[in-house]
Amino acid sequence: MAKHPVSLTVNGDEHDLLIEPRKTLLAILRDTIGLTGTKEGCSTGDCGACTVIVDGKAVTSCMVLGVTASGKEIMTIEGLASDGELHPVQQAFINTGGYQCGFCTPGFIMASKVLLDENPDRTEEEFRHALGGNICRCTGYTKILEAVLKAAEEVRTTA
Amino acid sequence: MKGFEFFEPTTLAEASQLFAQEHTQLLAGGTDLVIGMKALTEAPQSVISLQKIPGLAGVITEADGSISVGAMTKVREVELSADVQKHHAALAEGAAEIGSIQIRNLATIGGNIAHASPAADTVAGLLVADAQVDIASADGERSVPIDELFTGPGQTVLTPGEIITRFRLPSPSSGSHYIKHKIREVMDLAFIGVAAAVNLDNGTITDARIGLAAVAPTPIRATEAENLLRGNELTEELLEQAGEAAAAASSPISDLRCSAEHRREMVDVLTRRTLQEAVARA
Repeated sequence: MAKHPVSLTVNGDEHDLLIEPRKTLLAILRDTIGLTGTKEGCSTGDCGACTVIVDGKAVTSCMVLGVTASGKEIMTIEGLASDGELHPVQQAFINTGGYQCGFCTPGFIMASKVLLDENPDRTEEEFRHALGGNICRCTGYTKILEAVLKAAEEVRTTA
Repeated sequence: MKGFEFFEPTTLAEASQLFAQEHTQLLAGGTDLVIGMKALTEAPQSVISLQKIPGLAGVITEADGSISVGAMTKVREVELSADVQKHHAALAEGAAEIGSIQIRNLATIGGNIAHASPAADTVAGLLVADAQVDIASADGERSVPIDELFTGPGQTVLTPGEIITRFRLPSPSSGSHYIKHKIREVMDLAFIGVAAAVNLDNGTITDARIGLAAVAPTPIRATEAENLLRGNELTEELLEQAGEAAAAASSPISDLRCSAEHRREMVDVLTRRTLQEAVARA
C-alpha cells in the first residue's frame, strides 16, 4: 500500500514522515518518532491511556489514523513541561501521589491539562465526569482526583 | 489492521465516485471504523476521508432561523453548541452521552448516524427534531426524513456512493429532553435512549414528538403516544397512557445486558420522565 507524506508538529518540533495509512497516530508517536510517554492500553478508545492533545483538544490517539493528523499540532506528555518547569498538573500528581503503576498517568495528565485550559472552575463532580474516559487499572482514583483539584486551584490562583 | 489505499478527496463528487466502488469505507471521525479495522470486522481496500471536503462541518443557523448541523461536525461541538442546546436540547444531551470527551472530540454526528446503530445517542434527538438528512452523490442530492433513513441494524437507505452531508432541523421545540438508560456514567452503550420534544400553548401540548433508540431494529418514533398527547394538557393519566403507548411501540431484544421485558418496562418509565422534563422546560 502506498505510503503518504505526513507532516506533524509534535511538541513544537516538525516531523516530515512517509507513513502507511493504517498507522495510528499513537503508533507514529511511539514507534516512528520515539516518544513513548504516550501509552497504549486497550487500543479501542475505552481507557484513555493514549490521550494526546491535537489542535488544543484531547483525543484518544489509538483511534486516529496518522495520515489524518497531517498539518496538525500535537502535544504529548513529553511536551508539557516548559523551560524545565513542570506543568501544574504534573506537579500536583507528584505532590499528591496521583499514580500507582503510572501507566495511565500520561493520559490522565493530558486530559486534565485541557480541562484546566478550558475551565479550571469545574466542580469536583464535573471533573469526575469529564475524566470518565480515563481508566486507572490500579484504581487510584482518589489521589488522581485530588491531584487534578489541587492543580485546578493552582491554575485559578495564578491566572 | 490490514493495509488499505487512502484517499482524501476535496469535493463531494470525487468522494462519491470513489465511494461507489466496492470494498470502500468512508472515514469521518474514525471512532467506529478504525476500531472495526483493528478488530478485522472491517477490512476495506480503500478508505476515503471526508476531512478535506469544505462545508461539511459546523452548526449553521439558516435564513429561516432553523438550525442545520453538518455531517462532519464533531459531537463535542454539537453538545456544546448554544443554538443546539437552546432549540434542540435533546440532541445536545444525546451528543454529550457519547463515549468520553476524547472520543467526542473525534466522532462526528454523521458517523454516529451513518453507522446506523439502533443505540446511537444522537438519533433520538434528531428524530424529535424532525431532522431531514441531506445526502449527496455523483448523481445529485436528495433529502430523507431521519425516520425513513434506517432499514435495520447497521442498515440504511443509502446507496453506494451516497454520502450524508447535513442534518436540517426544521422543528424547534419549546422543550425537549433525552434520557439514556445505562450503567456507567460515561463510556457506555444505551440500554435504551428516549427523547421527547413538545410545543406548548398555554399549557396545551400543540405538538409532541417521541424518539426511541435501542428498543427496536431501528430507531423509531412513538407515533401513537404522540397522537395521544397532541391537543391535551399533560395530566398524570395522560402521562401514563403515553408511556404505555410508547412501550407498546417498542420491540426490544433480550441480550447479555438486560431482558426485553425490562427494556419495554423502562421505555414506559423513561417516556414519562422525558415528557415531564420536556414540558417543564417548555
